[in-house]
Amino acid sequence: MTGSNDEQPVAANRDAAHWAKMVSRLKVSEVPEGATNLNVDGRQLTSPIQGFGKMWQKTYVVRLPSERVAPVDLIATWRRDFGEFWPTGNHVYARLTGIEPGDVGLLNMKMPGLKLSTGVMMLYADDESFTLMTPQGHMFAGWITFSAAQQDEATVVQTQVLMRASDPIFELALMMGGHRQEDRFWSQTLGNLAAHFGHPGAAVDTKVVCVDRKRQWSRWRNVWHSSAIRSAIYMLDAPVRGARGLAHRQRTAA
Amino acid sequence: MAEATATFDVRRKGTAGVVDIQGDVTAGSEEVLMNAYESTGDITAVILNFTGLSYMNSGGIGLLVTLLVRARRRSQRLLAYGLSEHYRQIFELTRLDEAIGIHDTEQDALAAAGAA
Repeated sequence: MTGSNDEQPVAANRDAAHWAKMVSRLKVSEVPEGATNLNVDGRQLTSPIQGFGKMWQKTYVVRLPSERVAPVDLIATWRRDFGEFWPTGNHVYARLTGIEPGDVGLLNMKMPGLKLSTGVMMLYADDESFTLMTPQGHMFAGWITFSAAQQDEATVVQTQVLMRASDPIFELALMMGGHRQEDRFWSQTLGNLAAHFGHPGAAVDTKVVCVDRKRQWSRWRNVWHSSAIRSAIYMLDAPVRGARGLAHRQRTAA
Repeated sequence: MAEATATFDVRRKGTAGVVDIQGDVTAGSEEVLMNAYESTGDITAVILNFTGLSYMNSGGIGLLVTLLVRARRRSQRLLAYGLSEHYRQIFELTRLDEAIGIHDTEQDALAAAGAA
């Protein structure tokens, strides 16, 4: 077997084009019309290791008849029109040509009493899968992998989330109904995707596994970056910003 | 969903278990990797030898996080060596390097694990 110190890595890096290039902090290059750019610029990415709450692996699966669509075509469509399949009221702002490894997308999510602004980065993408990773302050620290594969006579489409709530407040929110809301979100998304490929009403199977029951209390300070708190402050500050803008326009006109 | 395309062979080195990885590490490798891990027995550190790694996708990275959780549960350290520059950058990008000690050689990893 291997193990000698003289050996060199044999990896041919045939996956190099599939991975995002190294970045230490995220940079939003342009803000599309209608998008709110909050809680993304300058943030670091976070894996489940940097999160606070229990670690969960959530898997959502829908099966489509293989004659409807091949895995490669499904993933190409999903990447190109990613936000189109989300439940109503939620928006992802990314390149119109589809998201590529390293791209940063802005997310404006509908939450109870709040429009939550955050983002994601495309970490990895190949012909049959792609993965998004979250920045500091997102609801959870981790990644979401979207994939499709041929199994028997079906194209099996899967969304898999590996996550920890980012901070104690989000952990509480997940316990108080956030997990159910997230399950509904991805079930609806897969349902919309199935409907797009001519299979409305397809059943979405959900499997939730608690990978780690321990909370990482040393990460409680993540709350400083909380996109919920910062989005709420941004909303409350809207009248002040509006008044300032009006005063500025009046001064300019005078 | 994917099938296993990697092998994980275990060697005992002092109080550490060295896992020699060969092939493509993807989500389909989960069962084989976890079986290999369970066969390491009573150890204080798990050292992953990536010298024979030929491909790893995001599912593979996810597996390493799961392995890390299992190792921590048993108060074991997780270390790695033999990563190419490309995969070192991926460990850095995904911030796995903050929890998995990365070393150039097996001897370095064994020394860091206190198992040399």
